[in-house]
Amino acid sequence: MNDIETALGDLREKAPPRLTDRVMRAVEAADDYVEIPGPRGPLYIAFNETGISCVDAAGEGPEAFEEYFVGRFGRVLRAASAPPRGLAHALETGDGRKLRYDLRGLTEFEVAVLRKALEIPKGEVRSYGWIAREIGRPKAVRAVGSALGHNPVPVVIPCHRVVRSDGMIGNYALGAPMKRELLDTEGVDVEGIEQLAASGVRYVGSDTTHVFCVPTCHDARRVTERHRVTFRNERDAAAHGYRPCKHCRPAEERSA
Amino acid sequence: MSEGTLEGTLPERLADDLHAAFGPLVAELGDDVFTAALRWSGNRTAAEDIAQETFLRAYSAIGRYDAARVRELHLRAWLLTIALNVFRNEVRGASRRPATQPLAAEELVVADGGRGADDLASTIVLALPEQQRVPVVLRHVLGLSYAEIAEILDRPEGTVKAQAARGIRRLRDSLTDEQPQPAEVRR
Repeated sequence: MNDIETALGDLREKAPPRLTDRVMRAVEAADDYVEIPGPRGPLYIAFNETGISCVDAAGEGPEAFEEYFVGRFGRVLRAASAPPRGLAHALETGDGRKLRYDLRGLTEFEVAVLRKALEIPKGEVRSYGWIAREIGRPKAVRAVGSALGHNPVPVVIPCHRVVRSDGMIGNYALGAPMKRELLDTEGVDVEGIEQLAASGVRYVGSDTTHVFCVPTCHDARRVTERHRVTFRNERDAAAHGYRPCKHCRPAEERSA
Repeated sequence: MSEGTLEGTLPERLADDLHAAFGPLVAELGDDVFTAALRWSGNRTAAEDIAQETFLRAYSAIGRYDAARVRELHLRAWLLTIALNVFRNEVRGASRRPATQPLAAEELVVADGGRGADDLASTIVLALPEQQRVPVVLRHVLGLSYAEIAEILDRPEGTVKAQAARGIRRLRDSLTDEQPQPAEVRR
């Protein structure tokens, strides 16, 4: 190979003929997107006929969002004038159950995890283990964590409301501080639940109803100090004759 | 592909009607983008993905730019700048895309074309660090000027020239050594 420079010139290649087709099909399949104010800075929200497909809460601007979207979904984005119906209301109430989502490309398991996360009310948290048990895969706790980590529509599907099984807040795709801020904005006493967790408490009960709950359950928060009892685990609660709350479902209902 | 041919009129047409002019843009500059991606990555599948993502990013960007800015675009260098970003993300595994695995060094090998071309193509990928490989491909495979390459890499022209020259020297050494040295493919 005497003349390397000439030989290099021969390394030109034709693009596969399907490239133009693939690109143009992806361009036709464009999603719309809007920028709207979110709980912590602007949110970029992409949607199409199927539903909401992607949310960017990283707040790095529209350009970064478009690049992220193209890379993840292989479709382009175009700016829309109006957000999808019901979105503003859902963000306000923190309840996205009535919205439609485009979760194509996710596995059945991932979809089940995200649908379950949608049921966690604003101001409350549940554990990875709780989701795993509720969707009938009690051993798949780690897989629940990765499924939430891949959530294409964070904030709207509130994966930030899922915390470690030991009660600590844990990680978040956008960083742990963001998760704490989101929860704080929703009225969760982040430090309070971590202190409780650190002291070994997992459940809170009422000695008048003999029902036990996860600490952030709406019902648990109504229990007055005088009637409040705490438990380290569900066996402890059951041993004292307490049954799991029907709202937050802290444990499997035991057949009596 | 000199000025005055199709590329010369493309910025104007893209500014007027992005959608109608975009197919011709891919047809016109697809080979350049694909070749760059293929010779940088050494992987045909990755190259096709990089090329596609490059054009999709370009489409979004042009949609966002005002007409005056689109008319000013030097399309080939601009597309290759985007392609380089996409390629680097691909290799390093962008932090925001946890599902994507970075390319492993052993995937970065091509096997096509004649025997000599084969050796040369895989030597570029295996023996040249990215810093040299990128300018060597832009200069000697695609025939860009050093001024254009300096713009794409956002480095001074002299630096780019020196890196390309070092790359050529290293290529020559590696090819005479017979065994390509798998050096510095990963960073």
